[in-house]
Amino acid sequence: MSSVSVSDPAVESVIRRRTPRIVATPTQWVVWGGVIAFMIFLMGTVGSVLVNSFGRTWFDSWWPQGFTTEWYAQSWTQFDLSQVFLVTLEVTGAVLLISLLIGVPASYVLARKSFPGKGLLNLLFLMPIMVPPITYGIPLATALYRFGLAGNMSGVILANLVPSVPFVIMTMTPFVEQLDPALENAARMCGAGTGVIFRRILMPLLVPGMLAAGILVLVRTVGMFELTFLTSGNSSQTIVVALFNSMNAAGIRAQQSVDAMAVMYMLMMLIILLVALKFVNPTQLVARVKEAPQE
Amino acid sequence: MSVGTLPVSAVPADPRGAWRHRMADRGIDRTLWLLLPAVIFVVALFVYPFLYGLSLSLTPSADTPGIFGNYAKFFADSYYSSTIWLTLRLAIPATLFNTLAAVPFAYWMRGRFPGKRAVTTMLVVPITLGTVLTAEGLLNFLGNAGWLNRFLMLIHVINTPLKLTYNYWGVFLSLILSGFPFAFLLILSYTSGIDPTLERAASTLGASTWQRFMRITLPLLAPGLATTFSLAFVMAFSVFPSALMLGNPHGDEHVIAIAAYEQAYTYYNYSYASAIAMVMGAVELLVIAAVQALRRTFYIGTTGGKGA
Amino acid sequence: MTDTVAPAKQFGELRLDGVGRSFGEANALTDLSLTIKQGEFIALLGPSGCGKSTALNCLAGLLPLTHGSIWQDDKRIDMTRPEKRGFGMVFQNYALFPHMSVRKNVAFGLEMRKTPSAQVKERVAEAIELVHLEDQADKLPGQLSGGQQQRVAIARAVVLHPPLVLMDEPLSNLDAKLRLEMRTQIRRLHQALDLTTVYVTHDQEEALSLADRLVVLRLGRVQQIGTPRELYSRPANAFVADFMGYRNLLKAQITAVDGKRVIVNVSGLAVNATAMSDLKVGDATIVGVRPDDLKVVGPGATSDGLLVNGMVEVVEYQGREMVAEVRLSNRLTLTVRTDEDLRPGTRISLAAEADRTLAFADDNTVTRVPDLGVSPEAVAGGNS
Repeated sequence: MSSVSVSDPAVESVIRRRTPRIVATPTQWVVWGGVIAFMIFLMGTVGSVLVNSFGRTWFDSWWPQGFTTEWYAQSWTQFDLSQVFLVTLEVTGAVLLISLLIGVPASYVLARKSFPGKGLLNLLFLMPIMVPPITYGIPLATALYRFGLAGNMSGVILANLVPSVPFVIMTMTPFVEQLDPALENAARMCGAGTGVIFRRILMPLLVPGMLAAGILVLVRTVGMFELTFLTSGNSSQTIVVALFNSMNAAGIRAQQSVDAMAVMYMLMMLIILLVALKFVNPTQLVARVKEAPQE
Repeated sequence: MSVGTLPVSAVPADPRGAWRHRMADRGIDRTLWLLLPAVIFVVALFVYPFLYGLSLSLTPSADTPGIFGNYAKFFADSYYSSTIWLTLRLAIPATLFNTLAAVPFAYWMRGRFPGKRAVTTMLVVPITLGTVLTAEGLLNFLGNAGWLNRFLMLIHVINTPLKLTYNYWGVFLSLILSGFPFAFLLILSYTSGIDPTLERAASTLGASTWQRFMRITLPLLAPGLATTFSLAFVMAFSVFPSALMLGNPHGDEHVIAIAAYEQAYTYYNYSYASAIAMVMGAVELLVIAAVQALRRTFYIGTTGGKGA
Repeated sequence: MTDTVAPAKQFGELRLDGVGRSFGEANALTDLSLTIKQGEFIALLGPSGCGKSTALNCLAGLLPLTHGSIWQDDKRIDMTRPEKRGFGMVFQNYALFPHMSVRKNVAFGLEMRKTPSAQVKERVAEAIELVHLEDQADKLPGQLSGGQQQRVAIARAVVLHPPLVLMDEPLSNLDAKLRLEMRTQIRRLHQALDLTTVYVTHDQEEALSLADRLVVLRLGRVQQIGTPRELYSRPANAFVADFMGYRNLLKAQITAVDGKRVIVNVSGLAVNATAMSDLKVGDATIVGVRPDDLKVVGPGATSDGLLVNGMVEVVEYQGREMVAEVRLSNRLTLTVRTDEDLRPGTRISLAAEADRTLAFADDNTVTRVPDLGVSPEAVAGGNS
């Protein structure tokens, strides 16, 4: 082997460039360690459900005794999943549509106009997002039951609207704010009336924002447990509520078929999440802070 | 030129138009109608139920005399008044951990970062999957025969399985799993909102990494930390399905949400249930107020970015 | 080339009568009366906050009037909605529809009028050609430069052959070179299409070069309406003078009045000036002289207006001319524009004719006039 004198600066820089830095700062170790630990827990949680759903039986061992897909078929019929998925779709679709219909015009007014009482109204719209669902869900469910609206789909839809409409408003208002108001004036000077302005100028420009808001409502409604749990009846359960009920139901329900249902729910959510991430960034899925400045 | 002999400036302005104009100047015009559905919605489905629940909670009955009867009953019954402490002892440590642990992560990841999008996506997964699925998975994973215990025994860290389910730890871990990503993403957006040139200026003035963090970043982050803690706490304090599934719901994990639920759905005592829900809201408000008061002692002012 | 729209829609005159707009207590615009003849290019000129944009928006109908009325020949139009007035408008930041191509942007107004599509195509192509954007016709506004966007905005406004075109500081977002080019373009378009235009700007040079008549506004009130020449040589008050480039403004006192001529005392120095308003002996006045009206004169020169000695302090080279600051005393300096080769530190004499030395009432509209200091050096022999 040729002996290279490492004291030669040119050679030294070459070596430094070639050998990767394995040594990192302690903070970075801790952070990486944390990330890995989190990943392990996440994968373990999701993985054990996944594996169990495919296992024939699983007693006291690392791995199930055998693999099968029979649990899926069984859970489909046992838990009446076709109906459950249908209900989930209907509820989510209705909530999506109504919250957009109510929320978008409201956010237009909030973005463009100031009027007496606007601060109070903003606060009012913020509250359903700040207060956790269980806290307002119990009085809400009580009120809905009193009017005979709970225990069926209308109750579930109404309850899920409560966090969704403010969410649409919070997402769309900054979006409308960054639309140049002169555009509407320019359209007017070209002879366009209010209806035309709305259809041909505002709507096309609002669609990206509405898409983002809509997807966020979708994700949150499919995953919303507490509100649906408190207001649904037997035939109006969304999948997450059906999942919970099956886990707690006394009886001979096999854990594997429950897990199979859980996997189907998970799949549905992951697909929606994948689609959602094409249009929004992860932070927006979680909180209504304004998007962090683009890197 | 023909029309009339009136001097032009004497033609009166349309009086109805003038009134409409004065109103419009103050922001009141036809477009406000667009706001109506949303206002009706929030009043009918949020304000009214809240007031209704409040009035229910203040309704005296046979065993709850007086207007505050339900509340008195709540605090007199230790099985119920203890729910506050039981829930706090879950929510506060979990939120503290989530918020504080999120800071080094977010600080370190705030710049350009290969794989950042992948990491943030991975962190968002538990939130989208929701508490129910997370709880179910943890039941499997943390069980006596679950993978975690198996692994720990395999590498001889422990000899008998750790009891992590149907007790405090199961619920606590589920709160971490679903709460940490939320805190992290929030704090990430706050750290990104801090002007990076501030730190660069500090380093040219001779500050080490630690000093920069303690003297520049942390004070600027304080308002964002307070907000994150408040929001994360509220989420954790309202823990419900995880406590039912992973805890001992009639024992040590008899959290306040469960108490409210069982009064409404098992005992059909709606006034009592509403009272419990009000107490729950009140405790949340108190903690948030305390946190905000605390942060005011830290820093008053703007970040030069977002957060305050 | 069939043109079913244009000539029939031209008007004889557009009249603004006592137009005003107040917002609560604040008066954005007060008592604007102006008659615009068909084909005129009117510039609304003034510093920010003077009410020029308010006036334009009132004309457009985007802001309702609180006082006065607007008439198009015999028809009162200030109650008509903006989309029905049929005026074209170019906005300061162009306001191009970001989701529509250049072609579609320009076509929009025609579509609103339900023009048959064959005609739309023809007219749009014509307008795009007029602003030389044929190659960009299918691009989106986001893909265009500032100057190109501006031209699209103009095309969109003029394609309708409107009776009136309103322009709200259209050139202010462009760099200096582009601004000059576009200025010529706008003038060319105006002449070619014979469009009546109302143009808002804060740049007096722009206004002077484009307009047939200018309206100078300050704090919502009209200061002067006149041709460029009139405003250039005969500003009505100190504010207009200041705005139109009378950089030399000196506080003085009237000592004698003779018809339109007055003798003023500028800090001990006697000057003959022309009064621009009714001034009496003893009145406080502001005397204004353009830098280009000051001439560098030799020893023994006389002047019927102003004559002083001073020391050259700062010289700015501007090609064929110099702009120099000349100090007369501890408080007074004069700015002179000359093609003489001046050097800092030299002593020179400056003279201006009485006709070009204007005296205005000191109504506190101009705040940057320095107080009187030590008397400037009078020239031996004095003024005649």
